Amino acid sequence: MSVPDLTSFAERWDRRHLLDLESLSAEEITILLDVASRLKEATEGCRRKLSLLSGKTCANLFFENSTRTRNSFSLAAKRLGADTVEFGSSGSSTAKGETFADTAKTIEAMGVDWVVTRHGTPGTPNLLARELGCCVLNAGDGPHEHPTQGLLDLLTIRQHRGSLEGLTVALVGDIAHSRTARSNIWGLKRMGAHVIICGPPTLVSPRWQELGFEVAHHLDEILPRCDVLNLLRIQFERQHARPFPSVREYAALYAMNAARMRQAKENILIMAPGPINRGVEITPEVADGPHSVILEQVTNGIAVRMSALYLLSAADDRYRNANKASA
Amino acid sequence: MKKPLLIENGTLIDPSQNLNRGGRILMVDGVFATVDPSDGDIPQDCEVIDAGGCLVTPGLVDLGVELREPGFEEDETVLSGSHAALAGGYTSILAASSTDPVIDSHGAVEFVRQKATEARGARVYVVGCLSKGRSGKQMAELGLLSEAGAVAFSDAPRAAPSDALLKRALEYCRMLGRPIFDSPEVPELALGGVMHDGQVSLVLGLKGLPTEAEDLAVARDVRLAEATDGRLHVGPVSTMGAVDMLRRVKSRGVVVTASVCPHNLMLSDAAMRSYESRFKVHPPLRSPRHVATLCQAVKDKTIDAIQSGHMPRSREKMMNDLDQSPFGISSLETALATAATALVRTGTLDWIELIDRMSTRPAQIASLDAGTLGIGRPADVTIIDPNAGWKVDPSQFRSTCISTPFAGMELIGRVRHTIVGGELRFSG
Repeated sequence: MSVPDLTSFAERWDRRHLLDLESLSAEEITILLDVASRLKEATEGCRRKLSLLSGKTCANLFFENSTRTRNSFSLAAKRLGADTVEFGSSGSSTAKGETFADTAKTIEAMGVDWVVTRHGTPGTPNLLARELGCCVLNAGDGPHEHPTQGLLDLLTIRQHRGSLEGLTVALVGDIAHSRTARSNIWGLKRMGAHVIICGPPTLVSPRWQELGFEVAHHLDEILPRCDVLNLLRIQFERQHARPFPSVREYAALYAMNAARMRQAKENILIMAPGPINRGVEITPEVADGPHSVILEQVTNGIAVRMSALYLLSAADDRYRNANKASA
Repeated sequence: MKKPLLIENGTLIDPSQNLNRGGRILMVDGVFATVDPSDGDIPQDCEVIDAGGCLVTPGLVDLGVELREPGFEEDETVLSGSHAALAGGYTSILAASSTDPVIDSHGAVEFVRQKATEARGARVYVVGCLSKGRSGKQMAELGLLSEAGAVAFSDAPRAAPSDALLKRALEYCRMLGRPIFDSPEVPELALGGVMHDGQVSLVLGLKGLPTEAEDLAVARDVRLAEATDGRLHVGPVSTMGAVDMLRRVKSRGVVVTASVCPHNLMLSDAAMRSYESRFKVHPPLRSPRHVATLCQAVKDKTIDAIQSGHMPRSREKMMNDLDQSPFGISSLETALATAATALVRTGTLDWIELIDRMSTRPAQIASLDAGTLGIGRPADVTIIDPNAGWKVDPSQFRSTCISTPFAGMELIGRVRHTIVGGELRFSG
């Protein structure tokens, strides 16, 4: 397979940072997904490594623990020929009192083209995008957004259904603390899906209704209507006080299990961003069953990250050339 | 000996005498001597200030300023803060007890007062701690603090007395004739919050400060004030619920006063979309419905006073992410213009009403000999160009803190001169 020609996509893409899906248009999301599909094809099978981004360097700057997202970004960069460099919060100077912005500037000064950042506080990627000259990719900022997770979910659904238009997609679980939810919500809405946000009222604010989304508290009532279920992990680590009486009660009300599968549409897609808590939001027979696309999501994660790195870099090259020309 | 000072060609505005007309005013020996003196009565060696096109008002009074000295001199000092106050048109400020050590002893009060005398900025009055160590539990030595010169008692900002302590202190303070200030918030409901709990916080994923955290505290405060007949000032407030509660108890005749910060009258929580710490204030910027209600409450006197909400924090503290950055902004130098832009330019208040809320009324609340141009009273004056538009440039601040939500913003109303005790201390 030859290297795909992506220039027609790059020409229609203007952003140097990927901070959230809320501010993206349907057209922009489509470009990201189209490029991801082509890069996925081009790197499939023989695990071909492309050289689209050779000579560039991607810095992973993670202030929160992560294995899968971090590795997914690293692999995405490497498959396109870029070098990667890893920074973690425990080993770096933030442990010595440096502000995260100073840490990021130090890393940028070493000469990097993208900073991929994860942080426990919403908005930190926005602050870095303002402070740094290179491209910034949000790999999760507290409960705010995780745009590449949202994109990989969209890509997975699109691959199975061809389009998102008119599908009913339920996000179930800990919406309050979920960046995956906040990216999915906007991505799905832009792409024309009907979004149901489902969970106990302590985790699902009624204000989502004011913003135009359907809010539900009983999974069994909405389940027969759903084309896709995205089961979000209960983020015990982000909760000040437990928002439901017990895990047992939560599982009884919201876990996707074999009995509930019988109430669902025949072709329902079961998704989960991982890491999954087997027995809490999903039972093993569902997680490993025929409707589950959980591992495809992981594969698609690399594809959308390749796409984002490529498109941001192309916009950045144009931006730098324009600056050089005007100077 | 100070030279006599004459201000001429200005419009005299004095809410305490319902004065709003052209005229001149003479100050001798630190007090107002004569309004509209005849030429013969003006001393030979008199200094003259031409206030043409300007308003001549009683010096502004701020009920709550953090000066941060001792202990947090990187944020502000008595010197820098009291001069920032002058630049903002304030001639009297009440310094909060949130220092290190906290102001819960005679020596601590004395320290701040001494620093203020040396600074020769605005007059600095000390607010003593309500509880020992600002712990919210045991009453501080309010009588001794009062003797040392504390004019009010409070654990504000952001420290809440327990129900039992507030009740006891309100009772106890009746014999001292000094008010208690409470910044209303139920800590348990506000835990970890960084902004108004609403649609914007929901989308941004930032932890919210729910309005009910303030509403419940205001309800408690006014109920205890009524029960004890104590002198209570609640503020700054920021919610429709607080306004509603205050309106109801005031209509029943309960004596309680309240204040609001000017930024809460101008900006909404939408500002937080930029994720900048310069919008992280306490109480938080709320949704537009709350903002509109607060403006109306200032108009109808449900809210008595406007206080700057000056909570200075050093640059390095504000350079962090939103969770790590402290609440706080530099607002002494923008408070008047912010309030004028939010209230006077929009036609909600006229100037005499605004000066009432920023000078006369706060002086009454703290029982200060201020807030008036009355003959024989201390000659504290602010001269304001009401129509001057200016762009906020934090690099020009006298405050150590340059974090402001108004950076680069165009405001109206500029302080031209600030006079303390008949002495010209600021010209801009």
